[in-house]
Amino acid sequence: MANTSSFSSSPSTKFSFDEKPHVLAVDDNLIDRKVIERLFINSTCKVTTAENGKRALEYLGLADGQHPNHNDLKVNLIITDYSMPGMTGYELLKRIKESPTMKEIPVVVVSSENIPTRINQCMQGGAQEFLLKPLQLSDATKLRCHIKKAITRGVCRRR
Amino acid sequence: MDVLSQLQRQLADFLASLYREGFVDDQFTQLQKLQDESSPDFVMEVVSLFFEDCEKLVNNMAKVLEQQVVDFKQVDSHVHQLKGSSSSIGAARIRNVCIAFKTFCEAQNREGCLRCLQQVNHEHAQLKANLQSLFTLERQIVAAGGSVPAMQ
Repeated sequence: MANTSSFSSSPSTKFSFDEKPHVLAVDDNLIDRKVIERLFINSTCKVTTAENGKRALEYLGLADGQHPNHNDLKVNLIITDYSMPGMTGYELLKRIKESPTMKEIPVVVVSSENIPTRINQCMQGGAQEFLLKPLQLSDATKLRCHIKKAITRGVCRRR
Repeated sequence: MDVLSQLQRQLADFLASLYREGFVDDQFTQLQKLQDESSPDFVMEVVSLFFEDCEKLVNNMAKVLEQQVVDFKQVDSHVHQLKGSSSSIGAARIRNVCIAFKTFCEAQNREGCLRCLQQVNHEHAQLKANLQSLFTLERQIVAAGGSVPAMQ
């Protein structure tokens, strides 16, 4: 299915309000990926999952050596686990926020551990929110509202 | 009471007992809420994945723990995975064993770890049996023309 636009495409591109928000969920735990996927599908979002930071960056076109392919890609929310092998959710967050094309995408960090320094670090790093696992339906519903608002704002803020 | 009502009553009572005895917690309810016509076997699928994962992790941990020199960091990392998964599906007893297990890993206590591993095995078997009974009841209800009752 063709995506209509992303925030970084040209001003003349039409934006469809009926289109489902697209969530990229990053987690090294298979069960958690399944649950998060279901949570967001049930909140009427389209979901893509990635099993680690490296795969997520590849998907976003931000991996080393890649050319950003933002014209085709529309991601409205990235939700990432904090503790992952290779690259933590925080490191992924930083990479996304450093990208001129992807930095506008809200990134939510989730963790099973309630560690204030970790939470601060992520919020300072530009995270939209930090949530504790396990996620619930109410979390997905709340995030979906954020996405809807962000999409609306994005359209008004067209460069 | 007709057969269907009896089965539904049985299911409700059985489910209530699973919560009461701490086999499952609120997160399990969340999973059930996620199941609908578009994903009618969601709970069973996730639960199956969990049991497979649990078995794999337990086998890995057993291997590490029987080494001459135990790499407790590795054991801890497996426990962390298991704690996360069990928490995500609402497998409360298994999650609680993992909490104790982590402490033994941090203390580098092999005996303590082995005891926890045994406990995980025990809880895994019990939960598996219980959930299999639950799913059987659900199937019987659907076969009798009913639908699985709305959860708590």
